[in-house]
Amino acid sequence: MTDQNWSILIPEIFLFIWALFIFGLDLGIKRKNPKILGYSAMAGLTITGILLAIFNGGILFKGMFQSDQLAIFFKVIFIGSAFMAVGSSFDIASEKIRHHRGEYYGLILFSTVGMMFLSSASELITLYIGMELTTIPLYVLAAFYKDDKLSVEAGLKYLIVGAFSSAILLYGLSLLYGLTGTTDIVTMKINLSLVFLSYGKIGPGLILAMIMVIAGIGFKLALVPFHMWAPDVYQGAPTPITAFLSVGSKAAGVVAFARIFVNGLIAFASDVMKPLDWGIIVAILAAAAMILGNITALRQRNIKRMLAYSSIAQIGYVMVGMVAASELGIASVGYYMFIYLFANMGAFTIATIFNDKTGSDGIISYSGLSKTSPIFAAYMSIFLLSLAGIPPLGGFAAKYLVFAAGIQAGYTWLVIVALLTSVVSLYYYANIIKTMYFSAEEPTIKIHPSFPANLVLLISVIGIILFGIFPGPILDWALESAKIFAF
Amino acid sequence: MVPMPHYLILSALLFAIGAAGVILSRNLLIMFMSIEVMLNAANLAIITFSRFLNVMDGHVFVFLVMAIAAAEAAVGLAMIITIFRNRGTIDADKFNLMKW
Repeated sequence: MTDQNWSILIPEIFLFIWALFIFGLDLGIKRKNPKILGYSAMAGLTITGILLAIFNGGILFKGMFQSDQLAIFFKVIFIGSAFMAVGSSFDIASEKIRHHRGEYYGLILFSTVGMMFLSSASELITLYIGMELTTIPLYVLAAFYKDDKLSVEAGLKYLIVGAFSSAILLYGLSLLYGLTGTTDIVTMKINLSLVFLSYGKIGPGLILAMIMVIAGIGFKLALVPFHMWAPDVYQGAPTPITAFLSVGSKAAGVVAFARIFVNGLIAFASDVMKPLDWGIIVAILAAAAMILGNITALRQRNIKRMLAYSSIAQIGYVMVGMVAASELGIASVGYYMFIYLFANMGAFTIATIFNDKTGSDGIISYSGLSKTSPIFAAYMSIFLLSLAGIPPLGGFAAKYLVFAAGIQAGYTWLVIVALLTSVVSLYYYANIIKTMYFSAEEPTIKIHPSFPANLVLLISVIGIILFGIFPGPILDWALESAKIFAF
Repeated sequence: MVPMPHYLILSALLFAIGAAGVILSRNLLIMFMSIEVMLNAANLAIITFSRFLNVMDGHVFVFLVMAIAAAEAAVGLAMIITIFRNRGTIDADKFNLMKW
């Protein structure tokens, strides 16, 4: 027990204590200086990021908690998405959540702590607890406008579906545990390989377990056919929370999926095991997600619902990299999530500000935005074009990498589906840009975001353009993080 | 001693009953109870494996799952109360403000 390096837990512990501190601060300051809570949440996240840079690299509790490169890469995404969600909340914080600001920011931080634990979990118990710590605060946050019927309904739907899926996931994990006699993912892989080598086949129990785990995590990822909750929840929840759900919570699902499948069950994606390959199941689900998400997004009139369907499609693209299950595949998934963080958070931040100003989420009400607020119309165009994958923005490099990984792994048909559907997606993204720039209607609305929201937008735009033109540093880092899996 | 398949079949049955409850019932409280049944079915499976394979990890897992289930129940009941105040009903079919 001498090799216990407790210091790698410091970022998580710090953020947890900071969240409690924000709860307390809310009681202390009351209504005198409302913005201080938001700023202290942002400061806490920044300090956590710095601590993460100092204290990392190590294994704690016999592998239950690993601070490896993959974990750190995704922790940066989680911290970034929480930072941006808090930043874009300032506009709603002054009015709609006036009496509960402390809880609001505190719960965002708790959820971030859960995601950070989840990304470090190389073991089923930590993984399950991390996932629950991520989602339980999000149930509350989705229903945060207590008097708004849509918000409460969104929270309730999210709660029922989330709890249901976590029960399915848990049953799947219990089967995995029973079949392998261990909760450690790497040991699990070794035990399963031994069973396979001695009997030459794998029983139906493992297939059932894999399907249940795919379903359980698929719900969190809003992968088709487990996506039904996503549009409703995205529409009803407070917009910054929707953004946080669509980036942070999804990235958490992605990393859990990578840990269990790409690390633990990778042996079963090899050639010998083709009939029992989890890759093919996930590839079909990914294709369904891309087709259904993009086609349904075409007919949406509400920007949050449209972005919800777009994010269903985006997770399909991510899964293309995931089924490749190679070093490039995992690296491209990481890079994709990194760019997706900027693009999606940015787009939702604009939607937050716009909704705060006009009370409307309709795409039609964006008409003429380019005349009254040219800068924000340009920002929104950049985010949407990046989501569509137009060069030289980040989304292009991300899609390119994911597709390259897919072709390399032999999923050519999947990449063709992805290419065709991303052409379709261009239509609905461009439709918003058309509405903003070329609408005949007389513009009336001018938006003035608060300073933190401006900062979030600026970070997003710079991130998209910079990492789109120079993907090198992030890609190298993502490749480095993918090395932790032995392929 | 009762052999392992008996426990596993019981746990699978409980899980199926729970899942059927969530899907078929329209009452939020019943749905929520059914989810708890599903979680406990998984718990039973874990504890069975733990007992018969002689590995202790499962015991720890089950205790932590119980704690999580309690947290989920706390949030869930609060949410059901909120929506009852808001709408005056807990019939799941009535919550259809958002479509397509």
